[in-house]
Amino acid sequence: MFTETPIDRRKRLTENVMRIFLLVVTTVMIIPLLLIIGYLLYKAIPILSFEFLFSNPRDNMRAGGIWAPFLGTIYLVVVSLLVSAPIGVFAAVYLNEYARENWFTRITNLAVVNLAGVPSIVHALFGVGAFVLFAGLGESILAASLTLAIMTLPVIIASTTEALKAVPMAFREACWNLGATRWQTIRRIVIPNSISGILTGVILQVSRAAGETAPIMFTGAVFYKAIAEGNLFAYNITEQCMALSLHLFTISTQVPDVTEGTPHGTAIVLVGSVLLVNAAAIVLRVYLRTRKKW
Amino acid sequence: MGNKIEISGLEVHYGGKPALNRVSFDVHENEILGIIGPAQSGKTTLLKVINRTLEFVPEATLNGTVKLDGVDISTVSDVYGLRRRIGMVLPLPVGLPLSIYDNVAFAPRAAGIRSKSQLDELVERCLQQAALWDEVEDRLDTLGTKLSGGQQQRLTIARALSHEPEVLCLDEFSIAIDPVTTMRIEEVLKTLRKEMTILLVTNLVQQAKRLATRTAFFLNGDLIEIDSTDVIFSDTPTQQATYDYVNGTFG
Repeated sequence: MFTETPIDRRKRLTENVMRIFLLVVTTVMIIPLLLIIGYLLYKAIPILSFEFLFSNPRDNMRAGGIWAPFLGTIYLVVVSLLVSAPIGVFAAVYLNEYARENWFTRITNLAVVNLAGVPSIVHALFGVGAFVLFAGLGESILAASLTLAIMTLPVIIASTTEALKAVPMAFREACWNLGATRWQTIRRIVIPNSISGILTGVILQVSRAAGETAPIMFTGAVFYKAIAEGNLFAYNITEQCMALSLHLFTISTQVPDVTEGTPHGTAIVLVGSVLLVNAAAIVLRVYLRTRKKW
Repeated sequence: MGNKIEISGLEVHYGGKPALNRVSFDVHENEILGIIGPAQSGKTTLLKVINRTLEFVPEATLNGTVKLDGVDISTVSDVYGLRRRIGMVLPLPVGLPLSIYDNVAFAPRAAGIRSKSQLDELVERCLQQAALWDEVEDRLDTLGTKLSGGQQQRLTIARALSHEPEVLCLDEFSIAIDPVTTMRIEEVLKTLRKEMTILLVTNLVQQAKRLATRTAFFLNGDLIEIDSTDVIFSDTPTQQATYDYVNGTFG
């Protein structure tokens, strides 16, 4: 009665083959990441120190630390997200909660999808034209951050929309039936129950803003600029700054006789910071999900 | 007995597809009007017209007039106030992801009531009326979504009563709850009838027979017949279709 028929055996074999295949693919995917981090750490360990993080590059960038580019990247990321996160979240709330299906919303949604696919060098050229020249900001942290903001905006809109859509429609209808306005419904029910998804989407854009080189190199990032070491307010946002991604490019390809390990140290700080922020996003999401209310 | 709601020539289309065809009837003050009819007959649409939530359906178009206490509701500028005059209970229980207390206090707060004592009093009275108070009085701060289905449906009834409506609309309130709870709620409705007008949409014709003063039979967007429940459930309603539907020999 329970003996295996040929069909059963084939199903069992397929099941095993597929499970192993998927496991192998997943493992193969992780290997490059581990190799990159392992290799960088191996090369960078000798020079990694607080001294490295908190001192400016020296000797025509052949030696010294990465304080100026490190702080510059933080400025660029923070200022760009201060601009793109509120605009992106509010725009997504409008598109998802208020807008009716008409030509305006269709064009807006199309624009969002297409903007997300625009190469970063095109954003860079737009930034030069719009912010550096037309708006007269010059090459500055502000111009570079705005360029990064334009780049991250569509993705924030898309991720926020997904988070809002995850809140069941029945909650909104129940609120409307109780005489609540759309905004009361959004503030009391929709936002509190989608905030984890919204924040995760925003935080994931930190890594993109931190890693991109093209959008900032013509709009505000410079090869070299010395700033007060250890002072968090050493940059003025109307001036230019150094950035980790551009600095890595410079010392890897443009500067001869760089101290062994410096590029790897720069890279590991960049990658490490991004991983740290992403980990924070995961912790936040897990924490907020444990408070999930339905 | 006066007319609470007067509906005349009501037509609703969803993107050209008709949902209600020139329906006209009155709802008397303090009656329970049973509304029966198979799926797609326009019962739910009718309720959405009355509290103007049909406006949230982009493709819906509406003709005809609905008057509440003699006032055309389409001319009411405070649509949120209008919705609070009408309590709405939907087929599936939806506890909002808030505490039990906040669920019931949601509408009063949206209407601007801030006084803690006033809200406390209101929450207790509504939960009492919905026959839920005894089960939840010691855990008002737990999530409404964690209650059982039957309790959540009574919570939605308490919520619908929280804005002190003049008309209570129930849309197949018993499909997701057990017979015992259903009976308890039916007893509640008989009491509430003294204070408000009740529209009871139901797929259980026996429920209409038990509760309704008058019953309306809808079919494919047409109002086939409206009369006192005794007539509708007698052997001689005016329309053959009504007789067939009520006696389960439809089609």
